[in-house]
Amino acid sequence: MTSNDYFEVFGLPRKLAIDAGELQRSFYALAREHHPDFHQSAPPDERARVEQRSALVNAAYRTLRDPIARVDYLVRLEEGRETREDDRTKPKAPPELLQEMFEIQEALAEARVGALDEATRTTLIDQRAALRARLQNEDGRLTGPLSRRWDSAAPADRAEVLAAFKTALATRAYLRTVIGDLTEALGEETDAVHHRN
Amino acid sequence: MPSIIGIDLGTTNSLVAYVEDTTGLPRVIPDAEGRPLLPSVVAFTPDGIVVGEAARRQLARRPADTVYSVKRLMGRGFEDVKDEARYLPFRVLPGDGLVKLAVGGREVTPPEVSAVILKALKERAERHFGEPVERAVVTVPAYFNDAQRQATKDAGRIAGLDVVRIVNEPTAASLAYGLQRLSEGVIAVYDLGGGTFDISILRVKDGVFEVLATNGDTHLGGDDFDRVLALWLLEDIAARHHAELDRDCVDLARDPEAMQELRLAAEAAKIRLSADERTTLTIPFAGFTYRRELTRADLERLIEPLVARTLGPCRRALADAGLTPADIAEVVLVGGSTRVPLVRRRVQELFGRTPHSQLDPDEVVALGAAVQAQILAGGITNMLLLDVTPLSLGIESLGGIVNVLIPRNTTIPTSAREMFTTSVDGQTVVDLHVLQGERELAKDCRSLGRFELRIDPMPAGMPKIEVTFLIDANGILQVQAREQRTGKAASIEVKPTYGLTEAEVARMIEDSFTYAEADVETRMLIEARNEADTVLVHAARALRQGAELVSADERTSIESAVAGLRAAREGTDRDRIHEATTAVNRATEHLAEVLMDAALKGALGSRRASEILGDGG
Repeated sequence: MTSNDYFEVFGLPRKLAIDAGELQRSFYALAREHHPDFHQSAPPDERARVEQRSALVNAAYRTLRDPIARVDYLVRLEEGRETREDDRTKPKAPPELLQEMFEIQEALAEARVGALDEATRTTLIDQRAALRARLQNEDGRLTGPLSRRWDSAAPADRAEVLAAFKTALATRAYLRTVIGDLTEALGEETDAVHHRN
Repeated sequence: MPSIIGIDLGTTNSLVAYVEDTTGLPRVIPDAEGRPLLPSVVAFTPDGIVVGEAARRQLARRPADTVYSVKRLMGRGFEDVKDEARYLPFRVLPGDGLVKLAVGGREVTPPEVSAVILKALKERAERHFGEPVERAVVTVPAYFNDAQRQATKDAGRIAGLDVVRIVNEPTAASLAYGLQRLSEGVIAVYDLGGGTFDISILRVKDGVFEVLATNGDTHLGGDDFDRVLALWLLEDIAARHHAELDRDCVDLARDPEAMQELRLAAEAAKIRLSADERTTLTIPFAGFTYRRELTRADLERLIEPLVARTLGPCRRALADAGLTPADIAEVVLVGGSTRVPLVRRRVQELFGRTPHSQLDPDEVVALGAAVQAQILAGGITNMLLLDVTPLSLGIESLGGIVNVLIPRNTTIPTSAREMFTTSVDGQTVVDLHVLQGERELAKDCRSLGRFELRIDPMPAGMPKIEVTFLIDANGILQVQAREQRTGKAASIEVKPTYGLTEAEVARMIEDSFTYAEADVETRMLIEARNEADTVLVHAARALRQGAELVSADERTSIESAVAGLRAAREGTDRDRIHEATTAVNRATEHLAEVLMDAALKGALGSRRASEILGDGG
């Protein structure tokens, strides 16, 4: 195992349909093979290599077991971007929601300067529920039909699917940010990790 | 004999264990008197440093020089602990980042105090095996941050131990359970110890123990139960005995010895109330004796808010694992505080099932540490523990925002790479501020340290510095940096915010050998003498108070046992001191019982002391 490609780490083709049970079994086998616990008596530089391999296996599993992270990774891999530094998906509002988003942003701005009145609060909660439904819908499309399209696409059609992935990921990132802002405006618990994923 | 031992370095008690060759099962190593637990107490006396039971007996006698619960201070700054430091009878000082303790006329750091405990356990194991022991697995609360883990590792080094692995306590416990009954499925380990709380959710399958999520509170445990009870008792004493207190101009809250007595009495009452519905507290003070009955309901009213604080982390861990309580196949209880019935009830309500605790909650973590030690030694190959990092790791970026590189609950080892460059021509230093925590702003997260990358001067924006952040299997961060254009490794200077530098650890390793506290023999002699002193004080007091309650024969036999112990104490024969101590204990047994009966008779009628106090006394 010398590749850093998560799919290759697991000996999988670059396809999005992955059997969760099979992936877990492979992960446990690879974890056993590369975990530092089983290489305690190796020389230091060998141990350092084992540690890096083990970290790679863990990262690969974490990414591939999550259908959305899997798509996000595939897009990066296809575009040859290795680190996440400058490729964080730029959130982009879905065009059909622009009007609604405008209203939400206005309500949020109000909420930031003053206290929430009960009516605005109810509106924000309703809007958040609608956005969550929209997000779920987007996730379903991304991991369902779009992912299947990638798996069956001819090499010439892949660019088109990738573009669709990127639009969907940008929409998703936008929806999550707004949902996070709404949650914060409503005074509920948010945290850095949930906000960013 | 095993090449690696397993150590549970606890807030209240510590233990050492190993996996027995013949049975393949983990065993706790007892001390010379057969006691498995080593109280995590260190007393700095004029005769030298004592640890364990002998130090515990110094708690009320030398409160200012006897350190307990030092684990709560590990890897901490003064700001973090100043609230609870008010309740500690020894002096806690702001150090350079880390706190320091002023005890026995010197300043020591928490890792040095922990090292004394580790050394005692190391020596206990060496006595047991008859060979030197150099390597150990040491457990820490799962929710310990990087600085607290590093402090634990430093303590090991100061004690002369190579800490080959830091393991999380709840996961260690799951290994101990797993070795004995390998049931598959998702389990929750609820670990409430003396000072810390952890919840870990694991999937156990095919010998792999995969932690799905962990959460906790490193400042919540049985110590806090004791403290709320002690403070409540203090108010009760003030209300009932204000006449005596005023007469003698006594302010108990300002009297460390009295407060320590109160804390110990509260702890003992709490323990009795786990078995009994009611108990009687008797605390002798200088001018009066405080006596009152306490029910389990009284205690539960006081500790209810503390127990409730454990439930939030449980829910967050479940949410992070993407599970609901119904998905949990088994709930395992770990830590002495899970003996408290209210804790058991709340856990049962939350998870909707009876939690189990077949393995002794005090010993299970040490047993698990021994199992992990055996895995590392190559003696067990079918089990694998995959743990997670409990807190998100990030770096401070523009505007004080935290850029998360490794989210919490990521399986370790794990790494993240990030590219950095310079903003000024000829810049040779890039400063990285590494943080741990779940908040968006750097100021709300835990500062781990500052890393200074040094590179050759280049025009602004030209250097491409690749920095790799690796969290190893101990949950400890390692940082490496490389300038990509030149391929040169950038040198990194680490300034831990709440830790010891390499130089400080090296100095402490040296100091620990030059401590006059000297060799094991001397220390054990000091401990034996301390124990003899305690017993002599008790015997003298008993004779003073109850001489007329027993026969002349009994008095004579007590007096001769006391004389024997006095003589033995002056010598250097440790075994003789132990024997003489036991003899005095035996000779005064009946007198002590008679005195207790007499003391209780007034308030409680004619029932015998043993009926009221139960077997725990």
